[in-house]
Amino acid sequence: MSSHVHKDYHGAKLGMWLFLFTEVLLFGGLFVLYSVFLSKYPQEFHDAGKDLNVIIGTLNTVVLLVSSYFIALAISFIQRGDKQKAILFTWLTMAMALFFLVNKFFEWKAKFGHGIYPTSPHLAELPHGENIFFGLYYVMTGLHGIHVIIGMTVMGFMIHFLKKDAIRQDDFVKLENAGLYWHIVDLVWIFLFPLFYLVL
Amino acid sequence: MSEHNGHVLSVKLLTYILAVLLLLTFITVAATRVDFGYFKVVVALALATTKSLFVILFFMHLKYENRFIKFIVFMCFLILAIFIGMTFLDVAYR
Repeated sequence: MSSHVHKDYHGAKLGMWLFLFTEVLLFGGLFVLYSVFLSKYPQEFHDAGKDLNVIIGTLNTVVLLVSSYFIALAISFIQRGDKQKAILFTWLTMAMALFFLVNKFFEWKAKFGHGIYPTSPHLAELPHGENIFFGLYYVMTGLHGIHVIIGMTVMGFMIHFLKKDAIRQDDFVKLENAGLYWHIVDLVWIFLFPLFYLVL
Repeated sequence: MSEHNGHVLSVKLLTYILAVLLLLTFITVAATRVDFGYFKVVVALALATTKSLFVILFFMHLKYENRFIKFIVFMCFLILAIFIGMTFLDVAYR
């Protein structure tokens, strides 16, 4: 009794899900904003959306889906006691997240090069609807990008915990919760991608 | 201690799920290259929702969680749907 450390597996997971609900509402609010402006300025959104690169968008979708697969594999391996493979796949998840951000960097850089960035004079000359489109584009992909950076940091801690045996075959809820967070980041992109890159 | 080991997903199942998700992504890209107006948004969102279901049920293990977690996740998305639906009613009939 005295040396027993109380751990509540179900409580930890429930807490994580509750946090994820706040994330769903955070992005949900922005999706509502996007939808309302899309119905208000369909033509402007159509014209502005043509400027986004479908190939980079598709590549980043594939990258995030594969990274989600990697973290799910890492959890599956630690549950079977394969520590080395769990560490390897958590590293690979982080690498895919970095790859995503590098693509995003070049995408934004090209946009900036064309004079499309928040408060740019070129954007102010465009029709109001297009200005709103790029405003939403930067806020939503930017907020998503911040989540990717946080996710990478979390994965770094997970690798540390795995190495120190703070995450192991009989106690892996930290890695599961990190995985849940990462999947939500992927889920948000699953909706961002068609809305910004494809439907317009 | 192993009481919480839960359900271990096999590499094979996870790989199948990834394959389905990639396939759905390419279908979404191909389908939206054809111009069929507003219907395109419906198709793209339906496919995105299908992809989300695969991610939530398998990658996020929801299929293997207890009823309570399943219920609150359902409630969360129901509330989101009401939030989006009400906003649209407001915008459409203002």
